[in-house]
Amino acid sequence: MTVRDIFDSMAYGPAPESDAEARAWIARHGGRFGHFIDGRFTAPGATFATRNPARGEVLAEVTQGAAADVDRAVAAAARAYPKWSRTPGHERARILYGLARLVQKHARLLAVLETMDNGKPIREARDIDIPLVARHFYYHAGLAQLMASELPDHAPLGVCGAVIPWNFPLLMLAWKVAPALAAGNTVVLKPAEYTPLTALLFAEITREAGLPKGVLNIVTGDGDTGAALVAHPGVAKIAFTGSTEVGRIIRKATAGSGKALTLELGGKSPYIVFDDADLDSAVEGLVDAIWFNQGQVCCAGSRLIVQEGVADRFHDKLKRRMDGLRLGDPLDKCIDVGAIVDPAQRDRIAAMVDGCAEGETYRAASPVPDGCFYPPTLITGLSPANPLCQEEIFGPVLVSMTFRTPAEAVDLANNTRFGLAASVWTENLNLALDIAPKIRAGVVWVNATNLFDAAAGFGGVRESGFGREGGWEGLLAYLKPKGTARALKPVAAAPEPAQPRADGIDRTAKLYIGGKQARPDGGYSRAVWSPGGRLLGHVGLGNRKDIRNAVEAAHAAKGWARSTAHNRAQVIYYIAENLSARATEFADRLSAMTGKPGKAEVEAAIGRLFTYAAWADKWEGRAKPVPMHGIALAMNEPVGVIGALCPDEAPLLGLVSLMAPAIAMGNACVLVPSSAYPLAATDLYQVLDTSDLPGGVVNIVTGDPDDLARPLAGHLDVDAVWCFGRGDLSAKVEAEAAGNLKRTWVNHGMARDWFAPASEGAEFLRAATEVKTVWVPYGE
Amino acid sequence: MTTTEISRTRQTLPQVAHARNPGMELDLDWVAAVQANTSAIERRAASLGGRRSVKKDYQAAWLCKAISLIDLTTLSGDDTEGRVRRLCAKARQPVAPWMLERLGMEGLTTGAVCVYHEMVETAVRALEGTNIPVAAVSTGFPAGLSPYRLRIAEIGESVKAGAKEIDIVISRRHVLTGNWQALYDEMREMRAACGEAHVKAILATGELQTLRNVARASLVCMMAGADFIKTSTGKETVNATLPVSLTMIRAIRDYEARTGFKVGYKPAGGISKAKDALLYLALMKDELGHPWLQPDLFRFGASSLLGDIERQLEHHLTGAYSAANRHAMA
Repeated sequence: MTVRDIFDSMAYGPAPESDAEARAWIARHGGRFGHFIDGRFTAPGATFATRNPARGEVLAEVTQGAAADVDRAVAAAARAYPKWSRTPGHERARILYGLARLVQKHARLLAVLETMDNGKPIREARDIDIPLVARHFYYHAGLAQLMASELPDHAPLGVCGAVIPWNFPLLMLAWKVAPALAAGNTVVLKPAEYTPLTALLFAEITREAGLPKGVLNIVTGDGDTGAALVAHPGVAKIAFTGSTEVGRIIRKATAGSGKALTLELGGKSPYIVFDDADLDSAVEGLVDAIWFNQGQVCCAGSRLIVQEGVADRFHDKLKRRMDGLRLGDPLDKCIDVGAIVDPAQRDRIAAMVDGCAEGETYRAASPVPDGCFYPPTLITGLSPANPLCQEEIFGPVLVSMTFRTPAEAVDLANNTRFGLAASVWTENLNLALDIAPKIRAGVVWVNATNLFDAAAGFGGVRESGFGREGGWEGLLAYLKPKGTARALKPVAAAPEPAQPRADGIDRTAKLYIGGKQARPDGGYSRAVWSPGGRLLGHVGLGNRKDIRNAVEAAHAAKGWARSTAHNRAQVIYYIAENLSARATEFADRLSAMTGKPGKAEVEAAIGRLFTYAAWADKWEGRAKPVPMHGIALAMNEPVGVIGALCPDEAPLLGLVSLMAPAIAMGNACVLVPSSAYPLAATDLYQVLDTSDLPGGVVNIVTGDPDDLARPLAGHLDVDAVWCFGRGDLSAKVEAEAAGNLKRTWVNHGMARDWFAPASEGAEFLRAATEVKTVWVPYGE
Repeated sequence: MTTTEISRTRQTLPQVAHARNPGMELDLDWVAAVQANTSAIERRAASLGGRRSVKKDYQAAWLCKAISLIDLTTLSGDDTEGRVRRLCAKARQPVAPWMLERLGMEGLTTGAVCVYHEMVETAVRALEGTNIPVAAVSTGFPAGLSPYRLRIAEIGESVKAGAKEIDIVISRRHVLTGNWQALYDEMREMRAACGEAHVKAILATGELQTLRNVARASLVCMMAGADFIKTSTGKETVNATLPVSLTMIRAIRDYEARTGFKVGYKPAGGISKAKDALLYLALMKDELGHPWLQPDLFRFGASSLLGDIERQLEHHLTGAYSAANRHAMA
């Protein structure tokens, strides 16, 4: 091609980024890597190949981590932990700051290596991934600096195990490592099998930052290596990003282990375009939503939901834009779409698309190069019932649906098991800010997509997982309240006496469902005795159907979440007022059941109600200073329906301590009261009835927690479950919660002093809320 | 490949390659429905430089293309006939002959020469024997606030003097007050006054301030029959920017989709680096396609851009970074 020819054709031509430096780095390691444990590389063991998916060539051999390797890494991290966790925040800040600087100094090498290993366009690695990695370390250097003054009551967890995916290998490393180290934890990280190289390069670089040996350890390997790490008893926390399927396995595997867990899983994020949107910008947004990183993005805007009146025009514009996308060698600086990470993934994408008999499939006009590529694809005319509208494709495939009204857009958006992210395009701010809170997702971008920043929390709800990464809320996932826990002593109900005494008129406590007293479905009751052998009453034995009814009633009370915080506060004050009016009766009841004085507990419960009435309108969100012309709002939203297994040791105060923060934040709840002392709860529903609390906001199902924990924790329409009952319930609750990956908060058999100041406030309010980050760029 | 033939034969008037935009009735519903989301447009513009890269021979060819699209411009109070003749000589021979020979790009000229009315005749004479048209800025350039009938008359004078292209300035006040009918009527009359000469509507986007204003003014001018829409006079404090360009070329795309007529685009002012020119060409190629890489649908309004391109081309040919004094001045 002569210059004259090109002058006429105006073709782009090749613009290759050199891979020489990256190849030299691999060669310096002899093309074979061991693990990085205790500050140095181990000798390579049994290895597997990591490939460049665009060219199919082997880049290097990396070691398949065995259980013994994981042992060694965890041991190294455990040895490093005491010193690192006591290292002053300022010292940790200096090291994290150094890591940020080193990432910048080695930015191009990291970017090129990432592109070679993963197949993503060099532009993305260079302009998005690596700058975000540096930003994450800078931000968390700051958190390390401020932790002692801002979170004085918190302590690190210990050794954190991180298992990360292949779509953003180094960025996901940063999202796990930066907060863990900032908080004073040590880390064992397993990079994805397909993309281990940048983690190894990063590990090498950490030595230049003065990171003490053992603080960060990298063990390479496949899913078995990850499973060994997850199962390791020396690990205090698992942070996982990856598929919902594996997340569910990890949830089950860690159930009852006492390990903290955060999961950032799959998604099928809606991308809503209203008819008054800037359609061209919305089209461009889709390029960044679903063709960014070949669509291999957990928060990819993969479900286009476009208003019917503009749908045809929008699809036309979109197809035209698709045709302009350039597929090709990821190291070319002028391509838009790179390679799929592995042929297995490409084949999976192809099988899903090929299996779709409905709708109209449009593929971008750009030629598809040889190798592991898949063309940008749009499928229009699908209904929500189509599997492609429900299942995560994890590739460059967009499905499109239309809607008629804002309410229908919200319904379609929420018609998914997932809840990671959403985009809303409209020039009407009234509409955008009305829609954003209604979408079930952890992140909402208004007139934008795939914006990320270390200061802004990222994470999902529903089967997209739980926990946030980034911001103060992300740091808290690597901390626990200070203090030494002691084991919970079991509490047994007073036994049936040999000589029962029954006096007065019979009072049968019922269940409390939807604001009404309900007889237990099973028709069984049990007697509640005082320690002295007096019959105090009968209590219904709830079963799974009662749980079902209670959850339905809780969902029917969703207006509560929309009521004003002031109104919720008023109701909670009113509950306190009515409880106070009957304080003596409640004290006597507690005393009769437990044989101990009850006055203090009632007073504490009244105080607790006041606390959460006070908090109702004061648990404020934040406006995050993200590097953008605009704001990112961290909004505290109710979790939804919370199931709670209440403690025995403080039958009234414990229940109130869980119920009050839940309803103060706008949740509805299903409470399973103490089975030993249930009558405090059943008396309470009379108080609730007289306090203007809408029916269904609080539901009380008495019965055997052993029977009720499973249906409650396993209920797919419950958003969180809390367990402060008997210790052995924790494992059951966590395992059952895997079904819809609901959030759990359990005691792991550890006691809590319900009278203590630490048993109210922020920890409870955090459990009762989800942080939704709403990005609102602006400018005219 | 008709477009290729066209570029080889160096036709520069839009009516030659494509049907000239006749305009349409003012459609206020369409104008009102126009949206331009500034932050999203800014993000797209900011990432463009990282998305497109042209190297080696391709870069040289693209830079030659940029030269062929330049309206080589002098619009100064101290312009003289001598200065304009010098500019025209540079338009005929924008790059040293040895370089064009090495590039195989002999015969390359700029797209046009752009001057004030008083200099039109000089420029026309100086460009005799070439296909390089003379463009005249008109209608009380740059502010457009001289008496209306004089502004219209000025167009006729320049056309009579031999200008083939007229760069008019719109009344910004019509945009700022939302008086679309007045803007439409004014543009329509100016277009009529141009006759066969083709008309570029200068929006002075720096003074319109918002991208929504830019989008709406673009649309109204196209409805009124503009052959080109152009960002700036070069005299505003903010001239051509990528976000403004993206907004205007999206309006061009919508106008074509609705009417079938292609309207040209001319960013002017502030484009002084070869790298910027490449970015603009990539923007045109990606957003509008190949026809908008030809002089009949795309021009750079620039005076110092050529100098930087010359240096880059010499660097391409010799491998050594170049100096300004090695290239003939305009």
